[in-house]
Amino acid sequence: MRAYTPKDNVQKKPYYTDRYWVAPQVAKSDVSEDAVFSADLEAIKAKFDVLDAYIQVKQMVVVINAEDNYGVIELLKNELDYNQLSEMSAIDWLASEGKFEIFYQMLSMSKRKRVRIKCKIDEKESIQSVEKLFRSADWSEREMYDMFGVVVNNHPYMKRILMPDDWEGFPLRKTYPLQGDEFAQWYEVDKIFGKEARDIIGPENRDSARVDRYDTERFARLGHEVPRGADISQGEPDTPLVYQETDGVFMIQKFDAEKSVVISDRDR
Amino acid sequence: MAQHQVNYLKDGGLPVALTTIDKVVNWGRSNSIWALTYGLACCGIEMMASGASRYDFDRFGTIFRASPRQAELMVVAGTLTKKHAEFIRRLYDQMTEPKWVISMGSCANTGGMFNTYATVQGVDRVIPVDLYLPGCAPRPETLQYAVLLLQQKIRKESASRAQKPKRLM
Repeated sequence: MRAYTPKDNVQKKPYYTDRYWVAPQVAKSDVSEDAVFSADLEAIKAKFDVLDAYIQVKQMVVVINAEDNYGVIELLKNELDYNQLSEMSAIDWLASEGKFEIFYQMLSMSKRKRVRIKCKIDEKESIQSVEKLFRSADWSEREMYDMFGVVVNNHPYMKRILMPDDWEGFPLRKTYPLQGDEFAQWYEVDKIFGKEARDIIGPENRDSARVDRYDTERFARLGHEVPRGADISQGEPDTPLVYQETDGVFMIQKFDAEKSVVISDRDR
Repeated sequence: MAQHQVNYLKDGGLPVALTTIDKVVNWGRSNSIWALTYGLACCGIEMMASGASRYDFDRFGTIFRASPRQAELMVVAGTLTKKHAEFIRRLYDQMTEPKWVISMGSCANTGGMFNTYATVQGVDRVIPVDLYLPGCAPRPETLQYAVLLLQQKIRKESASRAQKPKRLM
């Protein structure tokens, strides 16, 4: 019997199943192993709820509540001297948990330490902007909205950054098909020519290696050229390659090597 | 000062060459194909190399112009994203007749390796293409060959006829 895959959730459909595959885990260690991190964690814990904290690959990961994100990052910036927000984005866990995970990667130049702040929000929930603290969050938050549909509150210019403004769907969600949904596949045709042109132009050819052997509208075999649109199902004539018209070009002569003169005396 | 001597026994006795309007016009057109700079991705680098001194497009009369109103050839060099599709169509419409399009490289021909939601799968979905140039990226020699082929095509056309309606129009 085949394993049951839910039809309403593409995300859960496995590409292949390997019964004995175990997901590799990055080793976690306790925060108390690092003096700098444990001091930082105490400072966060004094003001905010910390759901989880550990050290992974020499970086501290702190899981907080989503509503504390501005406060925690403000604390990290102003009091704990984490002066750079090097990256932030979201991770799509909608299939397994119905939530987005938002992460903020922080760097302290003076301490030479990196901290990652994580929090989880529901699909329809929004999160507070940290653009007032770090200008780098401006475009990152717009990209997060563009790609995942996570709305950011108090952002100065909440607008798509990569995709067109009238785009539908959020491409980095796991449920988004790689080759695009129907809107994406007809986007340029709908926008430029209108929906009624769909029949004329036809669907996208997603097999880029496809060459119709008998299509003389778009393909020509070198050395076997025929007029455009000719029927070549019965074979085509052999036409040798010419680089200029046989009857010549107006005012242009072909170079004839036999008539050329080699000048040997440079001072003549 | 040069003395012109008319040989009355040659060329019907007159120092003139006879030809047709078509040939003269097409001779002019085919040897002054001004191209719109349309570098969209890495193929644009090859296109720039074709225009630079080593490959020297100018000797074929192909001069890159930055305005669609002064250009008759659009070399679509690179990946066309769906966001950009409307702009390429607008620029194509702004070019004056007669106009030609070379689709340069795999991405412009078919979308190439970008088999994704954001890439137009071939510029011929948006504008009519005269010449497809394969390669990733095509070398400048290949682009030169494409322009020479286009010159041949122009010379074969009738000069007075308006552009034949193309597939997308």
